[in-house]
Formats: sequence, structure tokens, C-alpha cells
Amino acid sequence: MTASSIDMVVIGGGLVGSTLAWGLARAGLQVTVLDGTDLDPRASRANFALVWVQGKGVGAPAYALWSKASAERWPQLAAALFDDTGIDVSLNQNGGFSFALDQDELDTWQAEMQAIVRETNGRAAPFAVLNGTETRERLPFVGRDVVGSIYSPLDGHVNALRLYRALHTGMKQRGVDYRAGYAVERIEPVSDGFRLIGPKGVLVAKRIVLAAGLDNTRLAEMVGLHAPMKRSKGQILVTEKCAPFFDHTSATLRQTDEGGVMIGDSEETHTSAHATNQDISAVLANRAVRTFPLLGDLNIVRSWTGQRVKSLDGLPIYEQSTTHPGAFVAVCHSGVTLAANHALVVAPQIAAGALSHGLSAFGSQRFHASQTV
Amino acid sequence: MLRRLCEITDPVRFSFDNRPITAERGDTLAAALLASGVETFRHSVVGDQPRAPYCLMGVCFECLVTVDGVQNQQSCLMEARDGMVVESRRGGRQVLQGQS
Repeated sequence: MTASSIDMVVIGGGLVGSTLAWGLARAGLQVTVLDGTDLDPRASRANFALVWVQGKGVGAPAYALWSKASAERWPQLAAALFDDTGIDVSLNQNGGFSFALDQDELDTWQAEMQAIVRETNGRAAPFAVLNGTETRERLPFVGRDVVGSIYSPLDGHVNALRLYRALHTGMKQRGVDYRAGYAVERIEPVSDGFRLIGPKGVLVAKRIVLAAGLDNTRLAEMVGLHAPMKRSKGQILVTEKCAPFFDHTSATLRQTDEGGVMIGDSEETHTSAHATNQDISAVLANRAVRTFPLLGDLNIVRSWTGQRVKSLDGLPIYEQSTTHPGAFVAVCHSGVTLAANHALVVAPQIAAGALSHGLSAFGSQRFHASQTV
Repeated sequence: MLRRLCEITDPVRFSFDNRPITAERGDTLAAALLASGVETFRHSVVGDQPRAPYCLMGVCFECLVTVDGVQNQQSCLMEARDGMVVESRRGGRQVLQGQS
């Protein structure tokens, strides 16, 4: 069977895959996206929609600065998506709070934020530590159980559903060939590229980008790449829509532009099951109501879980295969936060054929090193 | 739009936006309102469009009304009762009432 060769195939049509594909198309490439099926675990459809920097990168200054750079680039991404599609993704970067319900929590977070500042030689995102009274002066509806908070002005959020639609509309606008339900079972390196084999047939691509979330672990090994992942299940509660009361955001609680309140940030590491866990819902709801007592009157209308795409150390992986040049892998947990970097920095580098030295901290050799210690 | 198949035999009486409504005991509130000709239960939060019950089984949240001062009650999941004060909804739930 012969198949004509495609210039660039992105495997995965979630947030990371769509963002890279749109960025590659903007860089002038003819791009095909092979997306999975509806029943695949899709982090992109379960996410919390934060553009979040605060607390990221303890012991990993490159990640702290990479996240910060993406947050700073986000207005440019939102404007470019709007230009392409007319869709406003409702970027709000009014700053984010982490609400502490006991002093230990506040002290731990403060120490982590200070470590990030130290490790980045002061280049990390700015932050302020507020006590309970100072927090309530800024946010009058915060409850008495909140002993303090960390505030960082760079944090924000978007409307994730509209972001996803903008990316897909943008891909269409720029001629990306998007194919849904197109699983890739096997990748065979051939002389002039890669044979992608799946139930829908065989495609040949000159270059490929693996952006298949958790499935990257399996696919990476077929082209000399390495993407080890750990389990990380998150759970989210969503309330009915209500009048605006919180025009900032928090890692555990945000009010969307349309009024619903999302409550989340649980993490289970021992399970791959999809079902929601009622005990965890109770903890999430309890913390949320202690933080904002007015939430106690609201109805919960939705609840779901998702598997995060987390590498073994939680940091992104970006790499081009040395044994099979032309094969790239992109893995990250923060597909929304890092979207601006992916579209505006990583995609143009992939299009040009090589990742910059600046991304070397995110190569997979770090896992080999730790395994031989 | 809808009409009852049988005459009401065991009536309950309540109000919807100050208008008196009579229904059969055991009717859900949503069914009682639909049977008495109410076509707009609320206006949607984001687009301010008129809305009425859709699924009638507790899933779609289209049939929300205020009952005895409690906002956003699913009228398809509660029985019509004598003396209920039911009001249509407009806009998102107000959470700041009584807070300072």
C-alpha cells in the first residue's frame, strides 16, 4: 500500500496538539492533526482553565520562568486567536490568590514562593503574603476561616471551552487537516519519515509531533523518545451560574466569565478509574465553603474527573528524537497556561526544525540521569 | 400550548409571578405551570433568552424558578403545594444578598 507523504502530522488534537498545530500552520506549514476518540482520556476536556504561575517550579527554576513567560505572552495569544477567529477566549489576568485555612499551609506556601524567587535569582513572578484581615480587605466575601493568602498579580484564567473552539476554528481557517477518531496504533520510522498505522489506515509523514497526552509514553518509545508519566487524577465540582462575586482567581476555586463556580485541585495518584469519589467531593466543597461562605447556598450542577498529563517529575517534556530526527514530543500538565509558549515559541521552533537550547531543561535525558543514580 | 387530559379533581392553589394557578395534587410544579399556560419560566443567565422545561427529569436545569424566596429550584423535581409563592427567574443567582 502506498500513501503520499504529508509534511507534518500532529498526533493528538487536545489543547497541546491543537495549539501546536495552529502555531505550525501560522508558521506556514501544511499540517494534519490525528485526534483520538471521544472515549479516550482527555485532559483537555476536564481542565480547570487556569493561566497559573504561582508556586510552580520549586526546585526547577527553568519551569518557573517558562510558566511566567507564557502568562506574560497570553495577551498576545488571545489577540491572535481573536484576529483569526473572532472568538474572545475571555482572558482575565487580574491576579490569583491561594487561600490558607491554617497557618502551616500559609507558611509552607510562603517558603515555596521564597525558594522560587531565590532559585530564579529574583526573576520569578512577584507575589505578596497577606494575613486574614488583609485578604478580607481585598475580598470582602472571604470567610473567617481563611488565615491568610498568597497573591500573585500574574495569575489568571480563560474560558476553556471557547479556547478549545478558537483553536479548532483557527486550525480550520489556516487549512489544517483535522481528523477525529483517528487513533495511531504504531509508528514505523522509514527512510523519508514515519509510517503512522491505525485502524483508519496508513499515513506517511515527513515529520511528526507527539501531543497525545498520556498516550505519549507508548508512542514516544517507537521513535527513540522517552515520556514517562505518573498518575494524577483530578476532580472538579461546578455550581449553578450566579452573579459575579470573585473577579480574580485561585488554584482551587474560580468563577467563570459566565457565572458558574468551578471548585477543584484534588489529586489522587493511585487510580486510573474515571468515577468521581464522593469523599473527595465533600473535602473540595468543605474547603470552598470555608473560603467563601456564600457558596453554601449554591447548587452543584456538574462534577467530573480527569487524568492529568503529568511527567514523572511534573515538568514538561519537549524533545526532538536524536535517533529519528523529525519526531518531536510535547508533554505537559498545564496545557492552558503554557498555550502561549506552545503557539508562539515551540511551534515556530519545530517548524524551523530544531528546539532551542533554552528548552534543554525539558529534555527527557533528566529521567535517564535520575534512574542511574 | 398544553392542555389537561382530565379535569382537576383534587386542586392545589399557588401563585406564579402573582398570578393564581390551580393544579392537580401530585403534579410536579413544572407540569402544573406548563398545564396552566406558562411558557417562560425564566430568562437565561448569559443570553437573557426565554426558557422553559426541556428534559423534565432533573438534568437540564432549564426549569429553574424561585420558590418561597429560594432561588433556582428545579420545578420538575418538586410537587406543586398549596400556598407556594413561585416566581420566574432572570439573570444569575444572587449570592450577595444579606452579605455585607
